[in-house]
Amino acid sequence: MADLSTTFIGIRSPNPFWLASAPPTDKEYNVRRAYEAGWGGVVWKTLGSEGPPVVNVNGPRYGVIHGADRRVLGINNIELITDRPLEVNLREIKSVKRDWKDRALVISLMVPCDEDSWKDILRRIEDTEADGVELNFGCPHGMAERGMGSAVGQVPEYIEMVTRWVKQYSRMPCIVKLTPNITDIRKPAEAAKRGGADAVSLINTVNSITSVDLDNFAPEPTIDGKGTHGGYCGPAVKPIALNMVAEIARSAATRGLPISGIGGVTTWRDAAEFMALGAGNVQVCTAAMTYGFKVVQEMISGLSQYMDEKGFASTADLVGRAVPNVTDWQFLNLNYVTKAQINQDLCISCGRCYAACEDTSHQAIAMSPDRVFTVKDEECVACNLCLDVCPVENCITMRELPKGTVDPRTGTVVGDYANWTTHPNNPAAKAAAE
Amino acid sequence: MASTPYASGVVAGRLAPSDYAANFADHAPPLDPHEARVAADRCYFCHDAPCITACPTSIDIPLFIRQIATGTPDAAARTIFQQNIFGGMCARVCPTENLCEGACVRMEAEGNPVEIGALQRFATDPMIARGEHPFTRAAATGKRVAVVGGGPAGLACAHRLAMKGHEVIVHEAREKLGGLNEYGIASYKAPGDFAQAEIDWLLRIGGITVRTASALGRGVTLDALLAEHDAVFLAIGLGGANALGIPGEDAPHVQNAVDFIARLRQTADKAALPIGRDVVVIGGGMTAVDAAVQSKLLGALNVTIVYRRGQDRMSASDVEQNHALTAGVRLITNAVPVEIRADGAVVFEYSVEGGSGSQRTGQTFALPADQVFKAIGQTLALPAGLMAEGRKLGAGHLGGRLWAGGDCAAGGEDLTVTAVAEGRDAAEAIHAALIG
Ligand SMILES: Cc1cc2nc3c(=O)[nH]c(=O)nc-3n(C[C@H](O)[C@H](O)[C@H](O)COP(=O)(O)OP(=O)(O)OC[C@H]3O[C@@H](n4cnc5c(N)ncnc54)[C@H](O)[C@@H]3O)c2cc1C
Ligand SMILES: Cc1cc2nc3c(=O)[nH]c(=O)nc-3n(C[C@H](O)[C@H](O)[C@H](O)COP(=O)(O)O)c2cc1C
Ligand code: SF4
Repeated sequence: MADLSTTFIGIRSPNPFWLASAPPTDKEYNVRRAYEAGWGGVVWKTLGSEGPPVVNVNGPRYGVIHGADRRVLGINNIELITDRPLEVNLREIKSVKRDWKDRALVISLMVPCDEDSWKDILRRIEDTEADGVELNFGCPHGMAERGMGSAVGQVPEYIEMVTRWVKQYSRMPCIVKLTPNITDIRKPAEAAKRGGADAVSLINTVNSITSVDLDNFAPEPTIDGKGTHGGYCGPAVKPIALNMVAEIARSAATRGLPISGIGGVTTWRDAAEFMALGAGNVQVCTAAMTYGFKVVQEMISGLSQYMDEKGFASTADLVGRAVPNVTDWQFLNLNYVTKAQINQDLCISCGRCYAACEDTSHQAIAMSPDRVFTVKDEECVACNLCLDVCPVENCITMRELPKGTVDPRTGTVVGDYANWTTHPNNPAAKAAAE
Repeated sequence: MASTPYASGVVAGRLAPSDYAANFADHAPPLDPHEARVAADRCYFCHDAPCITACPTSIDIPLFIRQIATGTPDAAARTIFQQNIFGGMCARVCPTENLCEGACVRMEAEGNPVEIGALQRFATDPMIARGEHPFTRAAATGKRVAVVGGGPAGLACAHRLAMKGHEVIVHEAREKLGGLNEYGIASYKAPGDFAQAEIDWLLRIGGITVRTASALGRGVTLDALLAEHDAVFLAIGLGGANALGIPGEDAPHVQNAVDFIARLRQTADKAALPIGRDVVVIGGGMTAVDAAVQSKLLGALNVTIVYRRGQDRMSASDVEQNHALTAGVRLITNAVPVEIRADGAVVFEYSVEGGSGSQRTGQTFALPADQVFKAIGQTLALPAGLMAEGRKLGAGHLGGRLWAGGDCAAGGEDLTVTAVAEGRDAAEAIHAALIG
């Protein structure tokens, strides 16, 4: 059985699966049960300043997007940071940490954007024995209206300033949690690094309206006839998160900055993908909210089976392994030619590939009167849409044309690696050559 | 010249060779990866799932299905084997309609459960086929335990004890291990000698010494076992069969169904097995159904199950009853056997069920029979030196250093999966008693 233990910015945990700061980590009762179920660590639900706690709407607080069979694909929420008193949270954090020393416990913080507020909160959490802090610069609703959360996370100068205060007034490892509601994720990550952050975590939730009530003409979730935008999370946001993680991992200015990957992690495979793209560990919220704490057991068994199969001795062997293969479009091989190929033994004759290709792509699939579907190599551009819409796994595969063979579509011989930068149709390439 | 279904008497080779191959092939072929994925996707990952509660071995079903759905069937197999080392056989023989699948919330939702049994087989088959044992033994404890009976209860107990580091000696009366897995389960449920393959794989844990043809009460005494071991687990199953107690029962064409099935299981070439043209099976349980269906598959022309009470009281499940009916077996209920005539026919008297039990009606009928199989229940064959509590040994701990489980022990239904659960639990109890 592979060793899943990880050390992330000096914080040790028995596995790389942490619960993200959110309702699952809002109190001692939850966190104890999460540890019992096997979670390697938690980021406690975001704490605010001393004083009267924030007030939530009663509810509904969530909107949802369902897939087939009411599978939860995405949830959006309009909850704020913890609405429980600071002292209660601190007492509970201390009590849990005392009993679960081998698990990671990080405290998420969000206080007003002034030095005294940060100095004060850091002093108050000092003796909890928590392993680190995470700065919530991501919450896109409610708190942002008060100049916190994503209102800070959208201004790199603020991120840098606050991070610097935190590093100045605390010895704890510091993770800066980023909002995806910006145009270029590298800028806030660079700011966090300049401020002295030990790591970044991403993504927080995406600004969203999940649906509209067509009788009351109000966005959902609807509170007494009105709605507001919320934060979107769950499997639907994973592609957005993966790209942002990869951008930070491969950018020269932030390369090597530890990353905690968040956004739609639902199975061991999602976690492994985040890690391959450079995340040292992952955080999970929606999968736990959908299926309960037990999902971590599948994540643990799945990741260890995968690592055993690959011969990875530790998670470090996996982290970042895909980063060198993330490149710019202009460097992709224009001479790489493949053709779709339909396995007739696996084909169930649904015809979805035919509809997709015939109506919307390249008319490269032939259909016989007795519903046999075959690829026309002379038309197939290898877009792989047919493979994507096929309901049977591995029924359609992409076959690579070996170098030296003739592509029946273009009539040209498959040649060596060549990319856009030197392609004759590229005006910039011509300019460079002249 | 081959015989035909119409030939009278008890004869072999009623069918063409290809018919035997088809009839005794896997009656529920394994899921392929695509079917498994579709089936796994239907699981809701229920909290505190009712299927887990319904499984006598409490397998974490939603977890193993999720492990299949996420492409890690070996992890799924480990989840299953942790609770049930006979997860492979149970996937084939459990009456899932009464157990896990009967409790699936999809039954409530649309009357069509997640195919838990088939998914369990999908997960467990490859690991067994590769001969890869998922567990290793704990450090040796120096304790020795004797297990009497090498059926699912005995072997589940032996495996768990070996895992905990104890040394186990299994005494099995027959020539082969397996109990009813080897001698009782219908052939088409576990073809390809799966029972022995599974046991070979199970024994790879190590630390289990097997003594076949070694029976308690024949040379081996309980006192000697207790003197030489730290604990003894009894899992001798039900070795006897109930009798009808009617005239003509001793005729040579009247047999216990379990003996017929055992012979069938041990005969590789089914064409060599003689079977009657007219077969009558008396009883209403799983054994009656298995004897009747397999008679039909051997080429018997007329096979009739006769049960003394109403159909709703039959212990064979609806699925099993339907299986018999689809195989072409005739079912007669509310008929009590009264005599087996010299010409072989069985005479029955109709009964009606009333408030005070069933009443005979005085109306009789006779069914011609070349062969009669009795399937009216098995009984404990008590070896010398043991005391029964009613029809069975006690449940679990019998006192002192003696435990019992499986069919021979009180409590639970007489099913493979229950035997496994009781064997495993006895091992845990023995371990706790020995290690404190
Ligand atoms: C025909 C038939 C079909 C069945 N089909 C199914 C089915 O489809 N699904 C299902 O779940 N259940 C089925 N069952 C029930 C299931 O087989 C039993 O519940 C299960 O095998 C009980 O396990 P066990 O280990 O307690 O006993 P057994 O399997 O009976 O094993 C007992 C073992 O002890 C040995 N033994 C007996 N006496 C001694 C002695 N004195 N010394 C040493 N060894 C001894 C026996 O030889 C045997 O190997 C069926 C039963 C029958 C009879
Ligand atoms: C109801 C809810 C409340 C949340 N509250 C917080 C919070 O207090 N602090 C924070 O940093 N992130 C908060 N988040 C964001 C999550 O920590 C996480 O970044 C996001 O849900 C993406 O991960 P997921 O796809 O696994 O859910 C919240 C998310 C949800 C659904
Ligand atoms: S999840 Fe719990 S708190 Fe939320 S609406 Fe349902 S019962 Fe109420």
